Amino acid sequence: MNILSLLILIPLLTVVGILLVKSDQLIRKITLAGSALQVIFASWLTAQYVSLRHAGATAQMLFESSRVWFRPLGINYHIGVDGISLVMILLTAVVVLAGVLVSWKIEKQVKEFFFMLLLLSVGAYGFFISLNLFSMFFFLELAVIPKYLLIGIWGTGKKENNAMKLALMLMTGSALVFLGIVGLYFASGWFGGEHTWDIMKLSHMHLPMNVQVILYFLTFIGFGVFTGMFPFHTWAPDGHSSAPTAASMFLAGISMKLGGYGLLRVATYLMPDAAREYSWIFIILATIAIFYGALATLMQKDLKYMNAYSSVSHVGFVVLGVAMITKVAFAGAVLQMVSHGIMTALFFAAIGMIYDRAHTRMSNELGGVLKQMPFIGTVFIIAGLTSLGLPGFSGFVSEMTVFVGSWVHTGIFYRVATILAAASIVITAVYILRATGFAIWGTITRKEYALLKDASWNERWAAVILIVGIVLIGLAPFLFMHLINADVQEIFNHLHAG
Amino acid sequence: MINESIIIMRFEWLISLMIVVLFILNLMGVDKKPERFMNIVNVMLIINFVAGFIPIKDGYLFQGFYHTTALIVLEKNILNLGLLLIAFSAKQWIIESKRPAEFFMLMFSSVLGMYVMLSSGHILVLYLGLELSSLPLAALAAFNTDSRKSSEAGVKYILSSAFSTGITLFGISLLYGAVGNLGFDAIIQHIHEDALTLTAFVFILAGFSFKMSIVPFHMWTADVFEGAPTPVTNYLAVVSKGSVIFIFITVLYTVFGKLENAWLLAISVLSVMSMTVGNIFALRQQNLKRFLAFSSIAQVGFVLVGIAGASNMGTDSVVYFLVIYLLSNIALFSIVEAISDETGKVTISDYKGLYKSNPFYAIIFTVALFSLAGVPPTAGFFGKLFLLTSGMGSGMYVLLGFATINLVLSLYTYLRVVKAMFIDKEEERMPIIKKSLLTNFVLAVCLIGIIVLGFAGVFYQYIDSISSQL
Repeated sequence: MNILSLLILIPLLTVVGILLVKSDQLIRKITLAGSALQVIFASWLTAQYVSLRHAGATAQMLFESSRVWFRPLGINYHIGVDGISLVMILLTAVVVLAGVLVSWKIEKQVKEFFFMLLLLSVGAYGFFISLNLFSMFFFLELAVIPKYLLIGIWGTGKKENNAMKLALMLMTGSALVFLGIVGLYFASGWFGGEHTWDIMKLSHMHLPMNVQVILYFLTFIGFGVFTGMFPFHTWAPDGHSSAPTAASMFLAGISMKLGGYGLLRVATYLMPDAAREYSWIFIILATIAIFYGALATLMQKDLKYMNAYSSVSHVGFVVLGVAMITKVAFAGAVLQMVSHGIMTALFFAAIGMIYDRAHTRMSNELGGVLKQMPFIGTVFIIAGLTSLGLPGFSGFVSEMTVFVGSWVHTGIFYRVATILAAASIVITAVYILRATGFAIWGTITRKEYALLKDASWNERWAAVILIVGIVLIGLAPFLFMHLINADVQEIFNHLHAG
Repeated sequence: MINESIIIMRFEWLISLMIVVLFILNLMGVDKKPERFMNIVNVMLIINFVAGFIPIKDGYLFQGFYHTTALIVLEKNILNLGLLLIAFSAKQWIIESKRPAEFFMLMFSSVLGMYVMLSSGHILVLYLGLELSSLPLAALAAFNTDSRKSSEAGVKYILSSAFSTGITLFGISLLYGAVGNLGFDAIIQHIHEDALTLTAFVFILAGFSFKMSIVPFHMWTADVFEGAPTPVTNYLAVVSKGSVIFIFITVLYTVFGKLENAWLLAISVLSVMSMTVGNIFALRQQNLKRFLAFSSIAQVGFVLVGIAGASNMGTDSVVYFLVIYLLSNIALFSIVEAISDETGKVTISDYKGLYKSNPFYAIIFTVALFSLAGVPPTAGFFGKLFLLTSGMGSGMYVLLGFATINLVLSLYTYLRVVKAMFIDKEEERMPIIKKSLLTNFVLAVCLIGIIVLGFAGVFYQYIDSISSQL
């Protein structure tokens, strides 16, 4: 058996484990052990990967293996990783671990809750390691329905409607993706001589421009829905606001990144000519998303809505980086995915901790609440500062990289887009500072706030894990750059080869 | 010759034998003790099912009026599986109905008709089989003689069935006029696209559409599904519909293969209408049996997308999907039956909070619904996407666009029920349903099938290998 399959197998075995036991406490422990093991395994895998690369492995994908699934249709369980998928896997493992820790105190239907979380993570891991479009799509869809149930059952507020909205919009996105990949399957037969879903094979085929254009738009918009690209972002704020904390963390931290990864690996990489020709459309959309998301954040009082809109804005940088089609911008996009994934997970975790105690998420009602809870306060501030791009944290590095990558283009259009995107950081600073100001330095507005307790052990651990990630990227971005550099170069070369 | 006919027609002989045995048991009065009678029938059904796997050579009988191929054997086996599971899950209801012999005689006769139909090599034999399979169904739909709704269902079914038969027969007579022969081989040779042939085709297509409840020939479906006893509804939705779809592909691909340009558009239009109407109407249903009726209409619409692929892949994906469709629907109907037998509750709002009271049923119900909606990791995901992939093969892009819209729409429809079971608060406490062993067995088989089939590429490959021989 291939070693990569363990990435799927570990969560699956954890699922089996929690299905077999009855006690809630045991279920939590098994899930925690499983996700901790996954983090260790993912780190070990990264180390293996690096040492193989150092030893001179030149293949684009390492740990590759392929097993026939549906032979007549050419569907294989074909897996392999490069640096880009590895960092995404690391991100997933870390966010899952933190999510499990944060959800420790969930009392309602514990077994079902962790079952859904783990199923979602299986979808994400499978998605990142798949090299066959069909199995990739299988894992993408696998991650949709658990979200619906997570929000619908454990959520708050108008959860039914918001969960349904999210499920239907993501399903529409994946339907578009499906049309795109079926199109690729047939186009590969008509123009490339062999019907195939295989990403590696497809990348070597040269499809006619008009076919590429259609498929590019289908897949880009389809995956774009997952990233919350403007104007398909509306599921994100509503979904986040109703979701339980861990689900929000997964949603923004992992799920939106599935879309970003798809934009890069499928839409852009497989349709290079169309991407070069038409990516300007998505630059516009991304710029709008960045700016509009930031402005919309200004209007929000609800901290979750705030972070959800700011996610729309931040993930806009990913789309922008991908659509800019320069090597540095690609690297920035990947880095931004990881950075935002961890940062937003931390933010949602902090908001969840506050909400659990103060029972409100309205920033104007929270006056001074964080004085009672120094740890949570610190976490909240760190997340906020990362979000506004303070040097030393991951947000600065990744957004900076995207800007630098975008500045490579000299055209006025690109310049304007870049400047607008950079300007959004000012707005970010406004809302972040305002929210932290209200919540932290305000006077205590309600008497009962004086009794609030600070973070419990599980919340502390979750926050520490995520903060370590943020600081690591912020202070040593070269570690990650080193990992993804060659692969970004490869995608870039591919786009400019034709 | 006699030996050969016994071997090749084994399925038909076995089921006829079972009908004879039923007569004898009836004469001996065994059916007065329904418990024991049911055991005998179930054993016979198991033997029948297992015997189906003994390999049969391809062959012809009666100058090509009857033929069998590996694909037909597989289709008959699938129907056998459906029959077996339905009989198992309906045991309690049949015992309470007090007329078990009658029930099974009707059902077996109907199945015999389907076998004849599937193996037919001549349109008249096809017609004979089609009629034999649908007439007993009218009696079955009206099986609850003391229920007005059941009688209404029976009358509705027989009337619409007779009407569609008339239309089909008219089409057949026109076809005879155009081609001069009704043997499949002869038609394949002599058919060509002209006005008379096309008219004949349209009438025959309409007749088939009635049986498959394709929009706009679906009017009878919801009422009959609702009124008929649940096991009969199950049979109608799964076995009866499945068998007609099987023969429909054969007729379309081989007999009318030369008219492909003409029927591709017709099939596409029917498909879009079925999917859309089925999904939209299912949204408004409260009664689960009516809900499942419209859901099955939508599902047939998806099957038509696969058929529109007009290639080997069309046959593969349709046969593959139908197995999944069969398992999913049997699971759904078995649960509806178990719950309505015990409590009389059949509406979606009755199912609110089902997960709290009967988690086992709720989980299987959800998995089966997800399978119909095409959500991974259930096999329905693969089944449905293969249908769409097949449809893409013939380049009907508009059809595919509608199909994907309907994919989302159908998710919405099915999630409504899932939401009721898992998210909504129950209005009135549902009692814990007493579980019968056989029903649980059926549900377990369906559950395992729904999960495993998606990962069993071997099965799809087998279908492909036998369908490409044709």
